Amino acid sequence: MTATTDREVAHEAARARRAEIIQRVPRIALLVVLALLALWILFLSNGTPAGPAVRRPGAFLTTLLDGFTFAGLLFVVASGFTLIFGLMRTVNMAHGSLFLLAAFVAIEVQQRMVGKTRNIEPADVSLASWIVPLLVASLVAAVIGFLIYLVFLRWNAGQELRQALITIAISVVLADQMLRVFGGLALTMTWPGAVNHFISILGARYATSRFFMLGLALVVGALLWLWLNRTRMGMVIRAGVDDEEMVRALGINIARVFAVTFFVGSFLAGMGGVMGASFAGVATGSDGNWLLNSLIVVIIGGMGSVKGAVAGSLLYGMVTAFAPAYMPTQYAFYAIIFTFVMLALVLAVRPYGLFGRAA
Amino acid sequence: MKTRRSRLIGLVAFVVVVAVLALLPLAVSGFLVDFVLTRALMLGLTAATVVFLARYGGMVSLGQILFFAIAGFMYGNAVLESGARGLNLGWNPWVSILFALAITTVVALLLGFIASRSSGIYFLMLTLVYAVIGYYFFAQVVTISGPSGVTSITPPPQIDSSLGLYYTVLLLSALAYAGFRLVGDTPFGMVLQGIRDDPIRMASLGVNVPVHRALAFTIAGFVAGLSGLVNVWWNGQIDPASVAIGPALDILIIAVIGGISYFEGAWIGAFVYVAANNYLRSLPLVDRIGITEDRFNTLIGLLVLLIMVLSPEGLVGIAARVRRLLPGGRGVRVPSLESAASGTAASTAAQPAHTATDGTMSSTTEERGTIL
Repeated sequence: MTATTDREVAHEAARARRAEIIQRVPRIALLVVLALLALWILFLSNGTPAGPAVRRPGAFLTTLLDGFTFAGLLFVVASGFTLIFGLMRTVNMAHGSLFLLAAFVAIEVQQRMVGKTRNIEPADVSLASWIVPLLVASLVAAVIGFLIYLVFLRWNAGQELRQALITIAISVVLADQMLRVFGGLALTMTWPGAVNHFISILGARYATSRFFMLGLALVVGALLWLWLNRTRMGMVIRAGVDDEEMVRALGINIARVFAVTFFVGSFLAGMGGVMGASFAGVATGSDGNWLLNSLIVVIIGGMGSVKGAVAGSLLYGMVTAFAPAYMPTQYAFYAIIFTFVMLALVLAVRPYGLFGRAA
Repeated sequence: MKTRRSRLIGLVAFVVVVAVLALLPLAVSGFLVDFVLTRALMLGLTAATVVFLARYGGMVSLGQILFFAIAGFMYGNAVLESGARGLNLGWNPWVSILFALAITTVVALLLGFIASRSSGIYFLMLTLVYAVIGYYFFAQVVTISGPSGVTSITPPPQIDSSLGLYYTVLLLSALAYAGFRLVGDTPFGMVLQGIRDDPIRMASLGVNVPVHRALAFTIAGFVAGLSGLVNVWWNGQIDPASVAIGPALDILIIAVIGGISYFEGAWIGAFVYVAANNYLRSLPLVDRIGITEDRFNTLIGLLVLLIMVLSPEGLVGIAARVRRLLPGGRGVRVPSLESAASGTAASTAAQPAHTATDGTMSSTTEERGTIL
């Protein structure tokens, strides 16, 4: 080997190293941003609603729990959305409408069961008069979602934009009809008295109903995991996500699996709706907000990935909890910008979301 | 490629339509000009930017309402001297216009770059997120707007009349229509259409795909900003609710009603939308079947549903199809919704053209995401 080629090899290696470093820039920038944020939250955030975490650990812990519990609700709603998309490539823009519809139905059923139409106190609500409305309303959402699939989406599989526009039209009609039937007032579902207490965490009061919500989300997550990983149908779904035509060619009736998936995804939207109605109440417009929440979660986490839905929910839940708590009080209304910053950062590093694969 | 003759016919039709619209105020009532024609042209101008992105770039955007609103908010903040809310900069109206358009264009460029690496359905969702984040931004940032928005905004004195606004929006619409049509034949427009059909092949030819997509998004944002200015002059005020999910969907719905691949469809869709909004309630039949004036959204939703189920090419597409069926008639083929959507479908690029109604699976295995 001559000296020239040696130099060329060295040159080439240096260039490859440089290219590698340039590729890592977004990642390094992300780490620096995260480190600065941690520093700010731990020591520097004087004059914010929560205060530095080392001095006020209670506020930090409750913010963290807020993030986790809200992430649980986000996961229940968004997992249904991402399940449908992952298998069928259908973006169900009516997902938020199913959320709102289930919330209204559950509130109606709860009112009937308790026997009061207003001022329902948690003490009036037994566990059954929360669980039964949850199941009834989720089933209603699941059946409506199933019908939407059968009538409007089965025959145009693969035409993603056409399907998205069809579900947009359905969501417009559903929103208008829900306004007609249920009115435009904000309504709330009441938590059962058994889960509605306050406990003290390092001097801060905290509602146990939020833990109940998180627990439900964990149960949903566990059941989804079991379904997808330990059953035959789950196996078919996972195979269908990777290569639907091959699954079809193996003689598996994937149309049935599609229908079941749409049913389950809509059921989850409905369940999220009932939880959301108990957590923060619902009103006209909640459908749009929760469609947006689902979109943000799956865009961050990666479309069609349940693992991504977990990651996206956690990240989004944390940002929505921490941003208002650790912004200087007079600027607290800029907190929404952090949602956008988070979205932009994730997309800059991974254009298809954290767990998404290139389209 | 279109023939010289069909081009000439198109030009004549364009001139005739603009002339008729320009003379129309002489013949019809002021109400019709102000509340139907001006509004339809304005919404059509916004919807035309959706068509521009979809037809040339294969990008279906739900975010155009954001640029529409940003321009309005920026103009209002700049021009007002002592409003109840906003910055009240008290600038000259024409300077304010430049300022509003500059901000809108810069925001569109930035957001365009963030969205430039996504396509198809991902782009649709990301742009919807843009619009709604815009809603929260304007609702929460009280120095610029706050929940109740900016009020008592007036246009520049030179065009401050019902007719002045009408001719302004007519001029802008005519310019945008012609401009959008002409851009299609420029090198930039050609590259953009290449990217729509096969982004991977264009990238391998040395084209910078993200930059072209981002620039197209910027142009669309600028034009949407123009219509947003007209809107804020016409309305006299703007609030965050005008960026919410509802209005964002409305713009796409207008483009879909007219036909998302046809520039003229944007304005036709807007006219149908506005006319339905104004006149549907007075039809006796509609009242009979229990759908009263408050249920306008149900009717529009059903109309879109019908169009999407029967013919995704919208009203203009249906008209073109009818023309093709007539003896001797031959419409011009344009990319359908599905080929506009197939920014990701590299597998279909080898075929010369495919229709939206072929019902085949256009997704390939590589496009699928992971589930666990």
